[in-house]
Amino acid sequence: MTLAVALASAAALLALAVFAVAIGRSAAATPIIYGASVFVTAISLVAAAAQLLGAAEPLGVTLPLGVPWIGAHFRLDALSAFFLVVVDFGALGASLFALGYGAHETAPQRVLPFYAAFLAGMTLVVLADDAFTFLLSWEFMSLTSWALVMSHHRVPENVRAGYVYLIMASFGTLALLLGFGLLAGPDGSYTFAAMRAAHPSATIGAFALILALIGAGSKAGVVPLHAWLPLAHPAAPSHVSALMSGVMTKIAVYAFVRIAFELAGAPSWWWSIVVLAVGGITAVMGVLYALMQHDLKRLLAYHTVENIGIIFIGLGLALAFQTYGMPFAAALSLTAALFHVFNHSLFKSLLFFGAGAVLTATGERDMEHLGGLIHRMPQTAFAFLIGCAAISALPPLNGFASEWLTFQAILLSPDLPSWGLKILVPAVGALLALSAALAAACFVKAYGVTFLGRPRSPAAAAATETDGFSLAAMLLLAAACLVAGVLPGLFIDALAPVDTALLGAHMPPQLGVPWLAIIPITASRSSYDGLLVFLFMLMSGGLAAFAIHRLASNRLRRAPAWDCGYPDASPATQYTAMSFAQPIRRVFGTMVFRAGETAEMPPPGDTRPARLAVEMHDLIWETLYAPLANVIGVAADRLNRLQFLTIRQFLSLVFSALVILLLVLAVWS
Amino acid sequence: MSRIDFDVAHLLAGSLVLISFLELYQDRLYALLNVYALHALTLAASVAWQALVQDAPHLYVTAAIALVFKAIVIPVALHRMIVQLGIHREIEKVVGIGSTMLAGMGLVALAMVVMLRVTHNADPLAQEDLAFALSVVLLGLLMMVTRRNAVGQVVGFMSLENGLVLAATGAKGMPLVVEISVAFSILIAFIVIGIFLFRIRERFDTVDVQALDRFRGERR
Amino acid sequence: MIRDLTVQGAQMLLVLLVAPLFTGFVRKLKARLLRRQGPPLIQPYLDLIRLTRKEVVLAEQASWLFRVVPYLVFAATWVAASLIPTFRADLLFSWSADLIAIIALLGSARFYLALAGLDVGTSFGGIGSSREVMIASLAEPAMIMMVFTVALIAGSTQLSTVASFMASPAVGLRVSLGLALIALIMVAIAENGRIPIDNPATHLELTMVHEAMVLEYSGRHLALIELAGSLKLVLYVSLVACLFAPWGIEAAGTAPPTLALGAVAYLGKLAVGGFLLALFETSIAKMRVFRVPEFLGVALMLGLLATLLRFVSGSF
Repeated sequence: MTLAVALASAAALLALAVFAVAIGRSAAATPIIYGASVFVTAISLVAAAAQLLGAAEPLGVTLPLGVPWIGAHFRLDALSAFFLVVVDFGALGASLFALGYGAHETAPQRVLPFYAAFLAGMTLVVLADDAFTFLLSWEFMSLTSWALVMSHHRVPENVRAGYVYLIMASFGTLALLLGFGLLAGPDGSYTFAAMRAAHPSATIGAFALILALIGAGSKAGVVPLHAWLPLAHPAAPSHVSALMSGVMTKIAVYAFVRIAFELAGAPSWWWSIVVLAVGGITAVMGVLYALMQHDLKRLLAYHTVENIGIIFIGLGLALAFQTYGMPFAAALSLTAALFHVFNHSLFKSLLFFGAGAVLTATGERDMEHLGGLIHRMPQTAFAFLIGCAAISALPPLNGFASEWLTFQAILLSPDLPSWGLKILVPAVGALLALSAALAAACFVKAYGVTFLGRPRSPAAAAATETDGFSLAAMLLLAAACLVAGVLPGLFIDALAPVDTALLGAHMPPQLGVPWLAIIPITASRSSYDGLLVFLFMLMSGGLAAFAIHRLASNRLRRAPAWDCGYPDASPATQYTAMSFAQPIRRVFGTMVFRAGETAEMPPPGDTRPARLAVEMHDLIWETLYAPLANVIGVAADRLNRLQFLTIRQFLSLVFSALVILLLVLAVWS
Repeated sequence: MSRIDFDVAHLLAGSLVLISFLELYQDRLYALLNVYALHALTLAASVAWQALVQDAPHLYVTAAIALVFKAIVIPVALHRMIVQLGIHREIEKVVGIGSTMLAGMGLVALAMVVMLRVTHNADPLAQEDLAFALSVVLLGLLMMVTRRNAVGQVVGFMSLENGLVLAATGAKGMPLVVEISVAFSILIAFIVIGIFLFRIRERFDTVDVQALDRFRGERR
Repeated sequence: MIRDLTVQGAQMLLVLLVAPLFTGFVRKLKARLLRRQGPPLIQPYLDLIRLTRKEVVLAEQASWLFRVVPYLVFAATWVAASLIPTFRADLLFSWSADLIAIIALLGSARFYLALAGLDVGTSFGGIGSSREVMIASLAEPAMIMMVFTVALIAGSTQLSTVASFMASPAVGLRVSLGLALIALIMVAIAENGRIPIDNPATHLELTMVHEAMVLEYSGRHLALIELAGSLKLVLYVSLVACLFAPWGIEAAGTAPPTLALGAVAYLGKLAVGGFLLALFETSIAKMRVFRVPEFLGVALMLGLLATLLRFVSGSF
């Protein structure tokens, strides 16, 4: 029943996409399509939540679509249901936001059909139960999102972003194709059910894991395959950016979890080491890149990379515990990672919606031209503040809850017998703590420079608040962040069926714990009560406010800010994004980005302005991507000569290919 | 061996590793000499504790040698040498402090893994002390490799030798003869280095090792 | 239940009342060590009263966030300080937030204060906020590694469990505990903005970190922020005492006279801590701003080394 509802909603979205092609240019198209999306995704969300919370049996169906003798298999089990909840909640928020934001779209006919198709593609990937359907839906999802990235194709950087995205997406699909091919084996059994029943050998499992890490990882954005993400995510319209960062990267995590934990067989000793190392490096590199950005959407996109790193750290720990037969610890790590998946989709969508609202209100994405928006757009500023606090892992919001669970999982790892893990896990723990602290710094910068201070451009000074639908979407997500932070036990219990299905054990049930606290292992070991911390803070703040109100003077007077005696009327004297990041750039950037500053100071008496130039190198791009692109370019140029051969030379090519194949046939017995 | 014996031995060996890290952090020459004196002092305390715990009185002599020569005589002599040669007192490093510390951490991890895997069957106290001792040796080598100043390299060499003494005492004692010969060879090496430093200073007016490269025979 | 509630309330009140006294004590000691008379011990109380009576002068472009932040910062710091056992472990609400949550609460106080620094749109606030987040980006991981070490030794992140484990004879003299103690002290100095990281007595921008962020605050808002600052200092000293000198922290269910003894022991530990802090601050000079990351990097390395040793072998 729930599977039927989910499939029906995917079909409805596809139908909506076709309909949108027809009515795309009319004025009513935007509210109709987005409104219908809200409705359809809400129904699908209810169905998925019912499947997950009810801990129902997995449902499967085979539809006579696609390849005739295989058909299309679909299945809704606990893992699919959870990710379907993530997809639908994100889609619901994005559609609600787009009801208001979409009115500012200049070319709706380029966005609406692909939007509905994108939602349908994501739903189908999560429901797919055989390799064909999975890869078909995956490519469909990639292509529709590419079309959305290219929707403003007159902007040259969008074209470049689309180009890089297409190449990386194809590369990722190729890796996944090879991985599934290996898992299908010589019999060609492509259904996931057959793959689950077969027990692949260690080499096949190893290759499958590496290919899954490359394929799904490139879509998720792990370093060094992340290069397309900060180009493509900002280029799309803001609600699509939210979907790509908040939801599509999670689909990639779903693919990785499905392959690594279910299809690739029993894990070897080195799998967790690779995943942990990749996760740790991704987390720190992502946030360091984000700190150096002054384009708001690019900062958010790089920050997604950091959160994917945190999720992969959790997944690596789960793999490690599973390899050495510690299922409860594995359940804790997997729950932490999946809870972070949900939380990240919430607050990253919220932040992208805020960026979209700012973009519509001011026309600017560059933080160096913004400022003072808290006075002009108060509700957006409030929602964005909740998002910033959530993503910086501040209690009592949800980012802290999932990060706390990850730390608890790390504290269980000294019992792992592997030496590599004994050295790697403390290092990864330090990297996780470092990335959390740097993330807080990054969002102080993002919020402070964009919303606080004085406006740095006339556009920022003239901004107005966004419309009701956008605000409703943002406030809904902000409320969800608070609820998820205050009631984490609910989510831990909801994830229990997923843990049982994948690992065979689950965390202790949190429902009966007094005061809604969470106790991941035992009460004497650790516990956290988000609700109580929230109430405690409210009470302390309230007491302080009451005491001050009663006992202190309540006079207040406005005056100019302290300027040391030199009146500065220009908002250009306040800190910019680049200047805020300067201490951190100096501490971390000299090693990681080879950052250098050169200041040209003219001699006294000269009236020329001083100039400051900051030089940074994206080392991953320069050492990995650029040489590869050069080699391919050179090879393509050389191969181009094949186009200008004579007829005799073409014939001799065909003849030599035939002779070689016959030789191979003769030699190979 | 009771719990407290383990813990104090580990505490002293761990302090030796900590002080090696502290030596890596210094960028002024006098401060480095003081930290090295502290290093030798901790070594003397550690050897004395081992003497107490293993009931090996000849180790007290080793501790006394470490205390007198390495903690007092050598730092004072180096201090006077610095004043006489007029060596400038800031230590230039090849890479920044952050990278050096990270490399040091990696070396300690490596030493831990190697020692605890290789000496599988040995007595746990000796095992862990050997792991610490190997860390001190590796950190001494790191210091020699990342310092441009000759005095810094000499101090690294001395810390390395302290690590070797720690290893030897941890492994159930070392005959006094060996210790005396090792100590004297170190002293001779030190005198030779000192003479060389004087000569280098006279000839080339600097003891910066990189500057010396300019005067090598073959041009690079 | 009622008794537990009173004990928790007494704890909250105790830290709140003792905080300004501790600040005054440290200032007086520093003055005496510098051969000055120094301000009276109760001067911070008089300062707070004077500030609450004064009018708030608000910058023209300050927003609602600027006015709310002092309450947020005070609330977060007070909650964190109330959860650290001072004279009795097993406080009523101690199970709701463990060490990691306490660090995160202090982190959120710093987050909001850094935002307030940027709110007014002058360069002073920017200097303070950007330096503060740079210091925090290294101090917080060092603190978390220290927590890992202690949690791996005590088998729990719950402060009450840790305190009772540390007071028991099972703990021994461990290397990793020594390293963790040094790391905690270095982080405590950095987080509270004491010499050599920041000078709490100066208002020159060359040396400002914390003072730059709160430059625009006045009146009752400044009183709350100063009180939060003193609370944070007392919090860190209590944390060092609770983790590394836990004798005198009574278990749950002890009679009030023994609790009073515990409170006296706590005040004694505060006095010793204040004396050591004053001695340390008067004997070294302040570091240049970009030597601070090296200092904190060493703290992070020590924390990492301590955790690594715990992972490698149970007897470290």
